[in-house]
Amino acid sequence: MGVVSRVLILAICLGVAGAGGAFAAVSADSTADHGKFDELKQPFADGREVTKACLKCHTEAGAHFMKSIHWTWTYEHPITGQTLGKKSLINAFCGNAVTNWGGCTSCHAGYGWADDDFDFSDQTRIDCLVCHDTTGTYYRDPQSPGHPACDRMFADKAPIDLAKVARNVGLPGRANCGSCHFHGGGGDGVKHGDLDSSLIAPARALDVHMDAEGLNFACTECHVTRRHLWAGSRYDVRAVDPEGTGLPGLRRDVATCESCHGDSPHPDNSLRHLKLNGHVDRIACQTCHIPAFARGGVATKTVWDWSTAGRLNEKGEPYKIEDYHQGDGQHRDTYITIKGGFEWGENVVPMYAWFDGVMRYTTADDGIDPSVPVEINHFEGSHDNPRARIWPFKEMRSKQPYDSVNNTLVYTHLWGRDDNAFWGNYDWPKAIAAGMDMAGKPYGGQFDFVETRMYWPITHMVAPKEDALACDQCHAADGRLADLSGFYMPGRDHFGWVDIAGYLALVGAFVGVLLHGLMRVVLKSGRREQ
Amino acid sequence: MIGLRKRNGGNAGAPRKHDVMIYSRYERFWHWSQAGLIFVLFFTGLGLHGTHDLLDFETAATIHTYAALALIVLWVFTTFWNFTTGQWKQYLFKQGIYRVIRFYAYGILVGEPHPYKKSLQRKQNALQSLAYMTFMMAIGPALWSTGFIYLIYDLWNGYAWSSEILWLVALVHTVAAFAMGAFVIVHVYMTTTGKTPLHYVKTMITGYDRIELSEVEEAYIRETGNVEMK
Repeated sequence: MGVVSRVLILAICLGVAGAGGAFAAVSADSTADHGKFDELKQPFADGREVTKACLKCHTEAGAHFMKSIHWTWTYEHPITGQTLGKKSLINAFCGNAVTNWGGCTSCHAGYGWADDDFDFSDQTRIDCLVCHDTTGTYYRDPQSPGHPACDRMFADKAPIDLAKVARNVGLPGRANCGSCHFHGGGGDGVKHGDLDSSLIAPARALDVHMDAEGLNFACTECHVTRRHLWAGSRYDVRAVDPEGTGLPGLRRDVATCESCHGDSPHPDNSLRHLKLNGHVDRIACQTCHIPAFARGGVATKTVWDWSTAGRLNEKGEPYKIEDYHQGDGQHRDTYITIKGGFEWGENVVPMYAWFDGVMRYTTADDGIDPSVPVEINHFEGSHDNPRARIWPFKEMRSKQPYDSVNNTLVYTHLWGRDDNAFWGNYDWPKAIAAGMDMAGKPYGGQFDFVETRMYWPITHMVAPKEDALACDQCHAADGRLADLSGFYMPGRDHFGWVDIAGYLALVGAFVGVLLHGLMRVVLKSGRREQ
Repeated sequence: MIGLRKRNGGNAGAPRKHDVMIYSRYERFWHWSQAGLIFVLFFTGLGLHGTHDLLDFETAATIHTYAALALIVLWVFTTFWNFTTGQWKQYLFKQGIYRVIRFYAYGILVGEPHPYKKSLQRKQNALQSLAYMTFMMAIGPALWSTGFIYLIYDLWNGYAWSSEILWLVALVHTVAAFAMGAFVIVHVYMTTTGKTPLHYVKTMITGYDRIELSEVEEAYIRETGNVEMK
């Protein structure tokens, strides 16, 4: 079977056309047909055997990939100096990957990260297929067993024909990236709000760039790659990009809108476009062009209350309530014993804030004030900071455990077959003590639950231009930017007593001339009668 | 040119009343297009300020901008016209303003005659001149200068002080706009104080008013045809 017919059949099976789509079909433009490689015409015992075959030809790919955050799960922030990444952070969703490796590393692009002893220098542990599979038949499981109740979720999957997958590798499509990034936080759309499975084959109305019938961009169209390092970082966002395009060939260091659209993105010199271009320095493109997120029929989690986790039904069993019915017809948990209570949102209007691009995190080492909501991450920015613009965010509101003696966030041990894992024993004291112990952090021995907030910059689900925000959605007293202060904005702001004096002057002038006119009329008729 | 130095009329023979065009075609065009633009600007400006909700912001901003540009062009031409025709002298300060104020505050109510007579060379009474001078030298410039600075915001918004200056510019613009609004209300009312309530409006439409001409003036007009007369 020729490459073209194989591509066609694949495209038909997947319901997508052309490269860049859901799973990127093997490109007919490629100079290599992996289906013809003898190295790949063999039964593979496991994924690592496939990787070994890949590395035989792609001799430098391993070394390149090992520098990627997809492998290291660690990020040294160049500005704050904070060590970020899943390898250490606590978030407002499942909490932490630390102490729960096997479960969380089902989304690590490697094989076998089940405990602290994972060998990050072993290239054969890289999982090439999760990103490069074009068949849609490849999947990943937890890297260590969890409680049977949890493992059940991963059962009943068809075995993977590794040789077939290996012979059908290609550049990553949206479904490849989405297999993890659409499901962050433990389910479809849970975490980001602007990334969920509706983007596998979205309509234009959901995302103009990923539109399956239109531009059909793969993620890597913007998150351009060099040496397996991707442009675009949530930890260090290019909040303002005055450089614009880097033609020819476009810039490859950033994933900003400006890197393609330039810093005067509204074309021609019409008054409307001149005025809109005048907003670019203060307003992120996303602010107007993503009027709401979670628009594709998949809900995003907006509230997560861990404090109610662990309840059992009358039979003494864990249970769940599926009380949220999302746009695509699916039912979502509003309560589940292992995780607690949730609220969901669709077509969510973002929160707006000045954002300088630098994300600062509250780590396990930072003290917290439990009397106010703890910001798991926070950022700075203001109207007079040229590095900042007004950005849209998803605000996540959670209630999660903390060390009420030391006033720090805690690592919770959820995943595993051991006696301490919360997902199985539903015992907070044990799960927290074990989590802190495994992470090597001091624990005061007592815990409580604290309100937390987490902020996710919104940048996907770019709506068609006709759906962009109208002026008066912000330029109004009760508009979307009503909460931002410290700067004058026409239509939103007034001048207090100056305004009052002005209106009084108008009314006074009107009443004055009215009275004057009235007196003229009355006195004139009086004179006539005389 | 004909010089009539004495107040309220000529000195050569008994003055006679004639229908004379005292507001030339350009002057009337200026007046009415300015009136229309100011009304449009005031209405859309109030919308932009959030006073009313009758237009969406984009429409209001678009109309306001184009109307402002048109008004600026009109004022540039009119400034040119005022100086080339010498009409700017009409706006100079005149004696007798207190008598005019007294007339509008009291005399008009009791049926006194207007203390001032319109003539070919003095179209405006002292109060009018002062009011129009204020309009042209204070309110107008405050509006167009801040409006223009506002319009080119994108050229200076990169500076650290841009936010504070924008606030100040908007404040001055708003204050001046309220002053303009009050001016227009009183001005429109004042048009009803003529011989009949619509007399002044008619004059400003047709350009003709019935004024006294001295014999010399009349002879000059008949001879030269410099001023239209019925």
